Amino acid sequence: MTDEDDRRKQKEERRHPSEKDDTAMPRRAHDSSRVRAAIRTELEEVAEEAPGSQTATRPVPKVISVENVSLSFDEPVLENISFTARAGETIVVVGESGTGKSTILKLLLRLLIPDQGRVAIDGEDITHLTFDDALKVRQKMGMVFQGAALFDSMTVYENVAYPLREHTDLQEDEIEARVREKLEFVDLEPHKVMDQLPSELSGGMKKRVGIARGLANNPEIMLYDEPTSGLDPLTTATITYLILKLQRELGVTSIVVSHDIRSSFRMGSKIALLANKRIGFFGTPEEMTGSDDPYIREFLGGF
Amino acid sequence: MILERFNDAAKRGVYSLQEFFVLAGKALGFIFVKPFYASDLFQQMDSIGVGSLGIVLLTGFFTGMVLALQSSVQLQTFGASDYIGRLIAGSMIRELGPVLAGLMVAGRVGSGIAAQLGSMRVTEQIDALNTLGTDPIKKLVTPRVLAALVMLPVLTIINDFIGILGGNVIARFYLGKPSALYWKTVFEQMLAGGFTLHYIPNDFIQGLIKPFVFGGIISLVACYYGLKTTGGTEGVGISTTRTVVTASILILVVDYFLTQILLSIFQQ
Repeated sequence: MTDEDDRRKQKEERRHPSEKDDTAMPRRAHDSSRVRAAIRTELEEVAEEAPGSQTATRPVPKVISVENVSLSFDEPVLENISFTARAGETIVVVGESGTGKSTILKLLLRLLIPDQGRVAIDGEDITHLTFDDALKVRQKMGMVFQGAALFDSMTVYENVAYPLREHTDLQEDEIEARVREKLEFVDLEPHKVMDQLPSELSGGMKKRVGIARGLANNPEIMLYDEPTSGLDPLTTATITYLILKLQRELGVTSIVVSHDIRSSFRMGSKIALLANKRIGFFGTPEEMTGSDDPYIREFLGGF
Repeated sequence: MILERFNDAAKRGVYSLQEFFVLAGKALGFIFVKPFYASDLFQQMDSIGVGSLGIVLLTGFFTGMVLALQSSVQLQTFGASDYIGRLIAGSMIRELGPVLAGLMVAGRVGSGIAAQLGSMRVTEQIDALNTLGTDPIKKLVTPRVLAALVMLPVLTIINDFIGILGGNVIARFYLGKPSALYWKTVFEQMLAGGFTLHYIPNDFIQGLIKPFVFGGIISLVACYYGLKTTGGTEGVGISTTRTVVTASILILVVDYFLTQILLSIFQQ
């Protein structure tokens, strides 16, 4: 049995029985209160299940490992940061604004190179890769940017098709099928949005197209930069639900950078709290809420 | 203290210059590396070349006319107003055509490129390209530089022609010189500078090397400032202004040195 088969099997086993029920969640999360209620129950269910279902007893391969990484621009930004993400886990990096949360994503994508330490993806050290090799590693990852970062000169269709055109030899009809599939996955109606330009979309829709584009190449890792910032509570819930759906249906490993502690607890299997350039806490949401550390208590505040 | 600040500024200057030449080297090197973004190239040729046609036609025509008007006064004092075609052809082809086209394109296209790449930078679209496994220099800079290198000489030829035509209008209707005489002196001037490879007038070579160089300057300066943009929409404005100022000054300065070199080669 190959490694990949092994990993897929492990993902299957780690799924919660309720997750197999696809009908629990309506396809499109648009209007009705029924949908809202469904999202709410779904979120709560998963929040309860998350820690137990993620930390499987058998060893799951490390997909991302960050070891003793330090980085400084004019001033030190990160000092001696270490954490790992195993296959299928969702790590949420929380912390105050300006503590270098997004920098961690850039390190994983090798848009930045650490001054010290190493970053490994699938066991491969990416710190010293050449530019071309780094482009290849990035294909394993889908990134959702804070402002979605859709190419505004291209239609929604071209945006989602972009990574496919760039890296695969798919025929046009295959590309179209894939684009439709991904747009449907993020609960958008392909025939309505495909020909629209990003400037014609609402904030929440842009984020979803951003997720669809990140997903297009079927990456094993998804990175999210503040996926819920600047969205209303309902859209926030929908996006949170989408991230959970991705984690469960596709088994992707995710790193989410967020300052929205409520949704972080819902989607994170582990939380990394970034404070004073270091990781002040790394553990499950339960461990975090149970902590006596004064800074953590203050950070959680009224939660 | 002052020395230290001067030292820092000098270091930054040298570093920027190095960054600029690294960008230039990569952009030109990528012309020969696959994949080649042909559709981006044609789109840029359209926007840089066809898009600038209007302003180039206008400036060329009026410059030719004003040149004829001003020089007619001078030439009449020497009784040499029959040679007005020579003067206009000489100055348009060798000097004014390339420089004016360069300055107009720097204002119109340079600012546009800087603003577009700058907004792409501040909205993380450049990072998105990187993340999706595309080299932004190859996708964005190379097509723009190549398009400018090709289109600026083309625009200059049009500018030269329309400028000489503007001179013709003044010579015919204001000074009363027959068009045949005007064009005869124009061709005399073109052929007077000698030939390269027996057939190509030296004036043409001089007049086409310049816009080629200017095209490179405009596109590279614009891409450099655009990609380096920081600080949100305000940063985009700063990059745009810097591009137009730097490119315009560079065009005028480089034009002087280029003229010196070209004259020493061709004007034996």
